Amino acid sequence: MTVQGESAEHQWVDDHAGPVVRPYAVTRGRARPVTGTFDLISLVTATRADVTPEVGLGPEHLAIVGLCQRIQSVAEIAAHLDLPVGTIRVLLGDLAARNLVQVREPQTTAGLPDNSIFEAVINGLRAL
Amino acid sequence: MDYGHSERPAGATPLPTAIKILVAGGFGVGKTTMVGAVSETRPLRTEEVLTETGVGIDDLSGVEGKTTTTVAMDFGRITISDDLVLYLFGTPGQDRFWFVWDELALGAIGAVVLADTRRLADCFPSIDYFEGRGTPFVVAVNCFEGARQYRLDEVQTALNLDPGVPVLLCDARQRESSKEVLVTLMEHAMKTREARRRAAGTD
Repeated sequence: MTVQGESAEHQWVDDHAGPVVRPYAVTRGRARPVTGTFDLISLVTATRADVTPEVGLGPEHLAIVGLCQRIQSVAEIAAHLDLPVGTIRVLLGDLAARNLVQVREPQTTAGLPDNSIFEAVINGLRAL
Repeated sequence: MDYGHSERPAGATPLPTAIKILVAGGFGVGKTTMVGAVSETRPLRTEEVLTETGVGIDDLSGVEGKTTTTVAMDFGRITISDDLVLYLFGTPGQDRFWFVWDELALGAIGAVVLADTRRLADCFPSIDYFEGRGTPFVVAVNCFEGARQYRLDEVQTALNLDPGVPVLLCDARQRESSKEVLVTLMEHAMKTREARRRAAGTD
């Protein structure tokens, strides 16, 4: 997914160079989020259209808010920002603690009240 | 709460429910191909970095001395409706990354084990894993050109599968074929769940 405007940032390094900023530099050394667990498929949406830079928020936090104007899973956020999932979880914890994002934990099979989700998925797949 | 110019309608719109299905199997069997065949976006890649905190509980034999290991997972998305989103995750390499498998399998509705009849043993670890966890799964034999065609009951016997586990042929490159595999899995997962509920006497 090549987005116009990103190419300028990436022209100096190729895919083999690895991340320019080490993952835990982005989180200032933190390995665990301040709040929340953030499953790979927890869905995240920004609660605001825009966030002005403030103390404690880095460019990656703002990028997540920008990305989550549309609903995204934790895995999608990590893929689009090209950061490890663990790093994204820490950043999401910061945003959740400031009520800048809303998070919906995934549905587990054990918690399903009936077969309606299975039936909806089967019908949805057939309609693809 | 200020929703500003977001695409969502103003007010507390509930977020959709997300569910996941895993696509497992040996190296090069077509996991990412199947994810891509049905995903509405091109498969995305996400990475987990296993740091020293993970080393104690993960079997990293063979990579001793390494303090971090990166595990990549390819995944895709199918929006079923406004309130239901399905994610498909290709599982990372078998054996070494059970730590990531456990996280992926947690809450998964079911799994597709892709098999290649030329290297059938490659899918044994996946089958063992899902049997052990009680995750409903189907075995989809990816029909590679040039591979001898086996009957499904031959595959079932060779894999020593429970007779209730569906085995079907597929072409992971084809959307229709991959869809059929997923539908079969969902039907199997639904039946498994009903049987367990009856057995538990909760229904």
